[in-house]
Amino acid sequence: MAHGPAKGFTRWLFTTNHKDIGSMYLWFSFTMFFLGGIFALVIRAELFEPGLQIVKPEFFNQMTTMHGLIMVFGAVMPAFVGLANWMIPMMIGAPDMALPRMNNWSFWILPFAFALLTSTFFMAGGAPNFGWTFYAPLSTTYAPDTVTFFIFGVHIIGISSIMGAINIIATILNMRAPGMTLMKMPLFVWTWLITAYLLIAVMPVLAGVVTMMLMDIHFGTSFFDAAGGGDPVLFQHIFWFFGHPEVYIMILPAFGIVSAIIPTFARKPLFGYSSMVYATASIAFLSFIVWAHHMFTVGMPLVAEAAFMYATMLIAIPTGVKVFNWVTTMWKGSMTFETPMLFSIAFVILFTIGGFSGLMLAIAPADFQYHDTYFVVAHFHYVLVPGAIFSITAAVYYWLPKWCGNMYDEALGKTHFWLAFAGLNITFFPMHFSGLAGMPRRIPDYNPLWADWNMISSVGAFLFGAAQLLFLVIVIKTIMGGRKATARVWEGSHGLEWTVPSPAPYHTFTTPPEIK
Amino acid sequence: MLSNSKRSLVLSVVVGILAVMPVLASAGEWQYNMTEGVTSISKDVYDLHMLIFYICCVIGILVFGVMFVSMFLHRKSRGAVASQFHESLTLELLWTAVPAIILIAMAFPATSTLKDMYDSDDPEIDILVTGHQWKWRYDYQGTEVSFFSNLSTPSAQIDNEQEKGQHYLLEVDEPLVIPTNTKVRFLVTAADVIHSWWVPDLAVKRDAIPGYTNAAWTYVEKEGVYRGQCAELCGKDHGFMPIEVHVVSKAKYAEWLAGKAAQAAEVKAASSKTFSFDELYSGGETLYATNCAACHGGNGEGGVGPAIKGSKIATGGITDHLDMVINGSPNNPMMAAYGEQLDPVSLAKIITFQRNAFGNNMGDSVQPLDIVTYKQGQ
Repeated sequence: MAHGPAKGFTRWLFTTNHKDIGSMYLWFSFTMFFLGGIFALVIRAELFEPGLQIVKPEFFNQMTTMHGLIMVFGAVMPAFVGLANWMIPMMIGAPDMALPRMNNWSFWILPFAFALLTSTFFMAGGAPNFGWTFYAPLSTTYAPDTVTFFIFGVHIIGISSIMGAINIIATILNMRAPGMTLMKMPLFVWTWLITAYLLIAVMPVLAGVVTMMLMDIHFGTSFFDAAGGGDPVLFQHIFWFFGHPEVYIMILPAFGIVSAIIPTFARKPLFGYSSMVYATASIAFLSFIVWAHHMFTVGMPLVAEAAFMYATMLIAIPTGVKVFNWVTTMWKGSMTFETPMLFSIAFVILFTIGGFSGLMLAIAPADFQYHDTYFVVAHFHYVLVPGAIFSITAAVYYWLPKWCGNMYDEALGKTHFWLAFAGLNITFFPMHFSGLAGMPRRIPDYNPLWADWNMISSVGAFLFGAAQLLFLVIVIKTIMGGRKATARVWEGSHGLEWTVPSPAPYHTFTTPPEIK
Repeated sequence: MLSNSKRSLVLSVVVGILAVMPVLASAGEWQYNMTEGVTSISKDVYDLHMLIFYICCVIGILVFGVMFVSMFLHRKSRGAVASQFHESLTLELLWTAVPAIILIAMAFPATSTLKDMYDSDDPEIDILVTGHQWKWRYDYQGTEVSFFSNLSTPSAQIDNEQEKGQHYLLEVDEPLVIPTNTKVRFLVTAADVIHSWWVPDLAVKRDAIPGYTNAAWTYVEKEGVYRGQCAELCGKDHGFMPIEVHVVSKAKYAEWLAGKAAQAAEVKAASSKTFSFDELYSGGETLYATNCAACHGGNGEGGVGPAIKGSKIATGGITDHLDMVINGSPNNPMMAAYGEQLDPVSLAKIITFQRNAFGNNMGDSVQPLDIVTYKQGQ
């Protein structure tokens, strides 16, 4: 029996519909994106020129910490889960997610986790101030009392992610329409399948490390306290054993999105589908054996240092394969440059630039000069902003007509793209220079030697922020109305999601489609 | 004819280029690359950095070149018709193998530099470098010479009340001094949280970790002043604990070391001396500013730490005050045990100052001998 959504607020509270839950994830992520963005702008405003002007060092540290935590756990990860919720069932011809009640719960605990985390701003001692990597003992013995709220927040976020990942795996493995073999799945489904396994593997490690912190802080253990026989470096090993796969958790679904969009607007099938799948799996595997390249300066033995250097350099190979495949997909296509395509092309170019600086950072002896400088900040913002944020933005433009049935305003979309593109590069490109010139990261004040680069970065950051306000306007405007979208939406689109009407009905594929 | 939107695009690009012209013109003065530094290691590191950078540039030009040609030629608006090819095993193997070969070639020089960096054996001088929140301590092994190195930039410059100097935030009260043409080993550790001792010109960056002693080394031929900063987030004043290394001739170094040793002996002797109240108080004022003010405020008004002004400890019994300063706070690790960090004379001065400044007016004073006796009594 077909029926529509319930009325009123309880629709959202009790919903088990993948589309409702997907939308809630996306709006939640968008909200967190603006919150984390405001923190970033406080940082950039303080760094606009040397000297302390706007905030005190202790608050500055809270800003850098919360910016990182909110963006990683609040903006990027929920956005990808939201896209997975919306698109995976429609891409594989399933009526919904495999575990719809758990789906509801994995979303609804998130707002509480972030309420717990951000409430620390209003407590004595202030918000977490030890960096998003929360190295012990700065985050244990020397942390403000509010660290406990942070720990429980991370626990809840972890539970949410694990439940989301289980759901995605269960859906993909069990609910594909007849004939949809694994090697026929859209690449977005493939990358998410692999991402979900990464999540299940490493979120418990994160939960473990924060629990050890909790024990050190409240129950007198000394996991990370040298004075009690513990080991601060152990913290870093555990953290990065989670942290490095986490980086790929934030980029693999992006690979899937771009692999859907580029063929659509090049009107040509994706080049090297199976090598894309194998490359994704290789990257996922390598992500487990490179963690210590974040710790080249902690004083590991020479052999370990060299081994992690070689393993890290290897990542360039599957990543290169992906980039070459996208470029070859474009080659001899018949390209048009609608907003999703613009964001995807920018993704390929700028993510590759981030990959280059990543390769430089892999060279351990050189890393001694790069480590913990703005060069690293430039590197990971080049992989995360064009990587995760641009791909999510591209996905929203690409699938929004399918979600709400209206086309967005192309001129506004392109304006958004060019502003964001300019803002991003003006913000983050100069950071390569300030970093190479010797500016450490996470400092509230600096020598005038780096003043010019910082001023440019700050101007770019406000431009980038403004561009995102325009994005919000465009999304709302599209949902409110606009030219009606066809089922196919794009001339070159392929896949099951384009066979259902736009907007997609509340329930799709209640009888599975036949895949040839 | 260009369409309207294209014309405005071209116009905005031209305006953009004109706008950055003056910036580019002055770019010569801007530092935008890694320093070559002054040691053989730092030069090797610089060469590796440039080599991998050029490799990236070549790959970038190729990949982006193909992309831009494709974006220009293979667009629907030019009437391009899409081919439908979608795989080629040869291509896949080729672009797996070629990068692999480049990476293997790159691994050789990188490994050899890494080996050199790790070869800290047989040093002529050993210096223990200890990171504290938020200053560095240098102990010259095998001598009595040991001192703290604090930021010397006046707070008026940080608060924008005074013009900033050339070495703003990169200057210290007591620099590390090492001789030229000598293999110096740094044994790096920390007393509280993790810090990282970094001097770019020496290409030395080693994390200072409590419970660990990491080794790094340098051999500098050129006399000069080389500056660096803490590179690992270590709390509130992470941005305010610079490093200043003076590399001097061997003769000057010997002279400096002898002077420092004499100073250390003097301080030791002074522990048994009796000071007047004014000597203690005025000496304490300066020491308070470098050691206490960061947390307790320049006027004892408090900050991250509690206020000294009217505090229970500073206006209570002397023994409790000695205990707090010498052994640190049992409840808050931020209040370190200064008995390990400062000599008895300095401690006596600081405690006397705290008891009488900011309207505390206790009228009493502490002598260095009191400190020594208290420490012995524990």
